[in-house]
Amino acid sequence: MCDETILVHAQINGEEVAFACRPAQTLLDVLRGELGLTGVKEACGNGNCGACNVIMNGVLVNSCLVLGAEAEGCTITTIEGIGGPEGLHPLQQKFLEHAALQCGICTPGVLVAAKALLDYNPHPSEQQVRRWLAGNLCRCTGYDKIVRAVLDAADTIALSVAPVAEVSSNG
Amino acid sequence: MQSFRYVRVRSIGEAVPLLAEQACVLSGGTDLLVQLREGRRHATLVVDVKFIPELTELYYDPATGLHLGAAVPCYRINNDPEVAHLYPGLLDATTLVGGIQIQGRATVGGNLCNASPAADSIPALIVHGATCEIAGPAGRRRLPVEAFCAGPGQTVLGKGELLIELRLPPPAAHFGAAYLRFTPRSDMDIAVAGAAAAVQLDQAGTIIRSARVALGAVAPVPLLVSEAGAALAGQLPSAEAIEAAARLAEAAARPIDDVRGTAAQRKHLALVLTRRALQAAIARAQVNTLGRANGHV
Amino acid sequence: MAEETRANEISTELGPAQEPAFKIIGTRPVRPDGLDKVTGRAVYGIDMRLPGLLYGKVLRSPHAHARIRSIDTCRARALPGVKAVVTAADLPTIAGDPAHLDDASFALYCQRANILAIDKVLYHGHAVAAVAATSLQVAEEAVRLIEVDYEVLPPVLDVVQAMREEAPVLLPSLRTDELGQKSERPNNIASHVRMQRGDPQQAFREAAVVVDREFRTSTVHQGYLEPQTATGLWNSDGQITIWTSTQGIHNQRQQIAGILAMPATRIKMVPMEVGGAFGGKIRVYLEPLAALLSRQSGYRPVKLVMTYAEVLQATGPTSGSYIRVKIGANAAGCITAAEATLAYDAGALPGSPVLDGAGILLSPYKIENFQIDAYDVVVNKPQTGAYRAPGSANANFAAESVIDEVCEKLGMDPIEFRLRNAVQQGDRRIDGTVCGRVGLVETLLAIREHPHYQTPLTGKYRGRGVASAFWFNWGGRSSVTAAVNPDGGVSLVIGAADLSGSRVALAMVLAETLGIHLQAVKPVLGDSDAVGYCDQTSGSRTAFSSGLAVYEVGQKLIQEMAARLGEYWGVPPAEVVFQDGIFAAGAERMTFAQAAAQVTGQCPIVAAISVHPQVVSPAFATHVADVEVDPETGKVTILRYTAAQDVGRALHRSNVEGQMQGGVAQGVGWALYEGYVYSAEGRLLNCNLLDYRMPTALDLPMIDAVVVEVPNPDHPLGVRGAGEIPIVPVPAAIANAIHDALGSRLGMLPMSPARILEAIGVGQPTQPEVG
Repeated sequence: MCDETILVHAQINGEEVAFACRPAQTLLDVLRGELGLTGVKEACGNGNCGACNVIMNGVLVNSCLVLGAEAEGCTITTIEGIGGPEGLHPLQQKFLEHAALQCGICTPGVLVAAKALLDYNPHPSEQQVRRWLAGNLCRCTGYDKIVRAVLDAADTIALSVAPVAEVSSNG
Repeated sequence: MQSFRYVRVRSIGEAVPLLAEQACVLSGGTDLLVQLREGRRHATLVVDVKFIPELTELYYDPATGLHLGAAVPCYRINNDPEVAHLYPGLLDATTLVGGIQIQGRATVGGNLCNASPAADSIPALIVHGATCEIAGPAGRRRLPVEAFCAGPGQTVLGKGELLIELRLPPPAAHFGAAYLRFTPRSDMDIAVAGAAAAVQLDQAGTIIRSARVALGAVAPVPLLVSEAGAALAGQLPSAEAIEAAARLAEAAARPIDDVRGTAAQRKHLALVLTRRALQAAIARAQVNTLGRANGHV
Repeated sequence: MAEETRANEISTELGPAQEPAFKIIGTRPVRPDGLDKVTGRAVYGIDMRLPGLLYGKVLRSPHAHARIRSIDTCRARALPGVKAVVTAADLPTIAGDPAHLDDASFALYCQRANILAIDKVLYHGHAVAAVAATSLQVAEEAVRLIEVDYEVLPPVLDVVQAMREEAPVLLPSLRTDELGQKSERPNNIASHVRMQRGDPQQAFREAAVVVDREFRTSTVHQGYLEPQTATGLWNSDGQITIWTSTQGIHNQRQQIAGILAMPATRIKMVPMEVGGAFGGKIRVYLEPLAALLSRQSGYRPVKLVMTYAEVLQATGPTSGSYIRVKIGANAAGCITAAEATLAYDAGALPGSPVLDGAGILLSPYKIENFQIDAYDVVVNKPQTGAYRAPGSANANFAAESVIDEVCEKLGMDPIEFRLRNAVQQGDRRIDGTVCGRVGLVETLLAIREHPHYQTPLTGKYRGRGVASAFWFNWGGRSSVTAAVNPDGGVSLVIGAADLSGSRVALAMVLAETLGIHLQAVKPVLGDSDAVGYCDQTSGSRTAFSSGLAVYEVGQKLIQEMAARLGEYWGVPPAEVVFQDGIFAAGAERMTFAQAAAQVTGQCPIVAAISVHPQVVSPAFATHVADVEVDPETGKVTILRYTAAQDVGRALHRSNVEGQMQGGVAQGVGWALYEGYVYSAEGRLLNCNLLDYRMPTALDLPMIDAVVVEVPNPDHPLGVRGAGEIPIVPVPAAIANAIHDALGSRLGMLPMSPARILEAIGVGQPTQPEVG
């Protein structure tokens, strides 16, 4: 059995992090294990459910299909890095208001995926939201309230970044 | 998961000697990690090739066509405006591989080397006339994509060989290609059957000069159905001609029953999807007047 | 004419209801546990961490049916890092000849045999041994080093084949309970039960229309995303603590106590957040293993987590089934006769939900003449578990497909036919119970008047289907404890597991009852020592039964507060009036918070309530689905879906809608995509979430959840159970829609593209997949 250890440096949720892992450990193993970020969930184990989603160098990925060693030099965002002391991200707030979660196990993955969507396309249609979230299984909600929450969050974000000139023209 | 060593290489010269030792190549990892975890493949060494410059280039040259590095992830292909404009038939496939998360890592090179009979990108590559550039201990070689897969999960790569790049020829005016597949759900499934078609219309855009049809998931390897393409050469793109080609594709399909579908279903889908892929390819060819590949404005 | 009078009765009953003015109940507040769930802080069973934790793995059978000749664990035990290895030999044994056990012993034998195979393995994935080691990697290696000598036996996988004389027998102890009589020889039929009334044969002879059809459905799984997990600590003083994701801490404590032959009081079950359950997390699998491994390892904590393959192979999916339904109706459209045969596979050990299936099959309708035969049959698949209205969605698929065909032959609108036959208050249902005030008619009318149903569906290969459904619901025992804090807040300790938002709904009940803000109620889930016995969250019972307990504990707090205030104000307690959150006597006034500050310092105010409601009102629903079918590929697209359901009273409106939408999504998967596929040798071929296909966001439209409220007169707040019935009518609604689109009826679930092509004459006929 090979117990070689690799030292990895990455930026995770805005902080410089160094961790040691075995080559066979996935990024998911490391996030939940060595780094204690248990908000990222392990469910299907083979890239079919999205519960392990993180954003890696700006790209949405399944962390169960990335080796810990591959995180060297990367910037990673997990659910723990969305929102913060200054408040919840609009997606998180809308999920609560719309009751877009029931058991909540898929919720971290869905929120990370939705954030990646709104970063990529701030004004998605319902179909675009559904297509983007097709890799995030939810067994509880039937997706209805999830999709509504994402669309509502997109509107909220759009309003909050509306140029001042538009606001004053209404007032 | 089983134990293995991991190394990140930065050049082809660094990679090739390591591969001669029976290592596994890691590009996107979306197939490899699953196979390692399930014990379907075994590795003592995993070689990460994503930092080799030639393998991560994605660019279009009007003279030589699309240079698609073997380790370019699908999301980069999907967001490239030139690919969208010139190779929508390739995008048909790369936007279907898994979901968004899979496309964030999965590569066309990896899809080809994994050599699943149901791979989405391979039929699309075949109908574009794509070729593979391979590097190995004996130097470089190039071969057409349809010759790359030898069986389910098997390629013609020899010991120490590494896939470097896919090359798609520059599309002429009135060229059009499309890929379609059938899955029970709307996404996230392995194709039950897939069909790609490409047609080259004549300068007037009315007669089919040449055509290529390739099928996925209906044979041990993705299948170039030469007779279907040959039957369309010189024809008007009529419903009858399309149907005749689709029937040849159906006849060429030799699928199996498995967990994802029945042989009878797949035969039937080969017919339906070929017809639909040809219709889509022809429609694209008819509106494709760019001629940019030939330097015309 | 009787039918016209009946129609008039329906319309006059629907006057505007006298609705109490609730301030909190019926609204949509943010749940108090929501913050942790949207930030990743909530701790689920799989997230459990402890110092000194060991990691467990289970060795599972590769064979569907085999005798265990021997198990050699020496090499595993010798591996550095391995701290414990257990087999069935480490479980208490049952005295007596295993082939001739009495009923109670046989039941316990079955429980233990499923935890660790005793002398036979009965399904692919059956647990044979378990190890605990210092890392998961070492545990996985150790499992590979355990050598098992199997004598492979022929498996039987199909419920109909298992009933035949010549089928291989799984359990030598199993004797058929044949209509109350025990059979002589062992076979695979655990029981045959019959329900009958009147003279169905005569009624069929007189019927104007008779439809007789057979159906087959595949094994499907609840598909919760969080795999089974348990962390166990057997302390050196014999006290055991188990941290687990479960639907019922007290029920599981009982199971573990029985399996390990020890008093339940020694076991503390700590409820972690649960990542989905739907009935699949009632039975224990890993909990006893965690305890045994902990003891053997020198009293260290041990954590086990299943892989998803193990979840699908070796937990409790629901039955595959054979169902035959025959219905006769007169020319006026009244059902006059029914016959049904249901044979459900129970997996490897008896106890399928066939009786539930038989009991719901035609229960939306008044039928005077019927005979229903129900068979519980063992096969070499994992022992079935409960899945959201157990036994119902497949039975409903059969019955409502036949009803649809009867409507077609009579030329009657499907809603009108159901209105004509719907049970109402005073009618006797098929299972013999007389209906109280129920809401089936209201759900039918809600669909009939809905813009969905009012909008004609146009276009080729598009179709619309309707189905109605019944589910018993369950009462069960519930316990809660409430303590009033000096700041006017109330800590509410709940015995019931919260799977999807019940803690906020129960907090709403208490806040409403006490006239205080929702934020003043702090709901917490107690461990099994901290709160009285509470049956598991299943059977659509928690809002109903725990809601009743919370309402009563609120009343008790009010009484106690009033008594204390009476003392304080110097008036008899009976003169202290409580209304709209204010205690008053004469000129004196205090809010609940003021009263709390005043009177709890002397002596705390705590109240505990246990309830066991005996009258349980059932659930009814009517759904309508629009589909489009691609006739060349068999692909089905759900265009529009509307679900109407009588919930009595919605406590948290969004929660109730969410239950409806989630049940519909599961039903869509059951109808179109999901089903176990076994090899001829009995290996499960699709044990991963790629090939066990559950609906994604791209497979579903928005789901219109119409919450109908016909208050339950037997509950102080009018609540009826709501969580399970949403799945029940879905496969039938979709099947009927597919028929409307294509003119072909499918008699098999899932209605896969290959089967749809076959139904319209494309491709070769497919055999029912073994599964």
